[in-house]
Amino acid sequence: MSEVALGIQEEEREADVKTTFGFWVYIMTDCVLFASLFATYAVLHRNTFGGPSSNELFSLPYALAETLVLLTSSFTCGLAVLAAQRRNKNLVLACFAITALLGLTFLGLELHEFRDFVLQGDSWRRSGFLSSFFTLVGTHGLHITSGLIWMAVMIAQIQRRGLTRGTLRRLNLLSMFWHFLDVVWIFIFTIVYLQGVL
Amino acid sequence: MAKMQTPVHAQHETDHATLGLYISGFLLSLLFTLTAFGLVEEHVHSGHTVFSHQFLIGATVVLALAQFFAQIYFFLHLGRETKPRWKLLVLFFMVLVVLIVVIGSIWIMYNLNYRMTPDQINQYMINQNGGI
Repeated sequence: MSEVALGIQEEEREADVKTTFGFWVYIMTDCVLFASLFATYAVLHRNTFGGPSSNELFSLPYALAETLVLLTSSFTCGLAVLAAQRRNKNLVLACFAITALLGLTFLGLELHEFRDFVLQGDSWRRSGFLSSFFTLVGTHGLHITSGLIWMAVMIAQIQRRGLTRGTLRRLNLLSMFWHFLDVVWIFIFTIVYLQGVL
Repeated sequence: MAKMQTPVHAQHETDHATLGLYISGFLLSLLFTLTAFGLVEEHVHSGHTVFSHQFLIGATVVLALAQFFAQIYFFLHLGRETKPRWKLLVLFFMVLVVLIVVIGSIWIMYNLNYRMTPDQINQYMINQNGGI
């Protein structure tokens, strides 16, 4: 009897490992998508066509604020995983709520920056540089948006079903996705913003 | 029963994470981010005189890579995977593809830019699009 139960447990764990690995492979292919956008940006970022160049456009402290908000949200997402390991449902929900709030703040900052650029007349239609900038940073913003939707669904599921095997697995995948978005942002911050104002 | 075990069994989930790991990852990331920001900000405020361009580009890339490895290790728990390290293998493959795509694109476009005169580029665009 206990052997059967053990067998089932083993099977479930193996399924979890496979799902995690599959999601990891997806994340790696997403990195390739971002790499192609980075390459486009690297090729086009001097083609300003008479429009503003990167060092006239970007504000470093603003980009730093975005970076710190996203980094902190990545940390609180990790805390949610830790709380889940201790089966502390309320702490998981609290950590996810903070993560989602920080994610929303980040998205708001990014959209505010986009709006300012567009109102100044520096939209994606202005130059090759701005087209590649909006595509690269906008794609990251879209990922953040889908991550936030996922997080809202996750919070609702945990509230209704509690920390079951299924919700725990998806919670781990969501945290991987969120950490990955932070990793991509490091390179956006470095290549687009820091090196852009040099 | 033991004979049926596949290599996947040896791979445990990332359920051994500790608070210490996340805190170290967070502090290291913070340190790398603020250092990079400080260097560039100092350079811009001093009227682009403190450091050379090459140094700053190199330094910011090194700091970004350091933060990349810190987050991969402390947040995504790579490197604490038991054998066989499939995740690490896929990561290496991704890095290979990324390097080919990025370096290849920059190289080809730089080369085209270098070899074609503005007239040739205009002629090419007229042929392709029927106008500039």
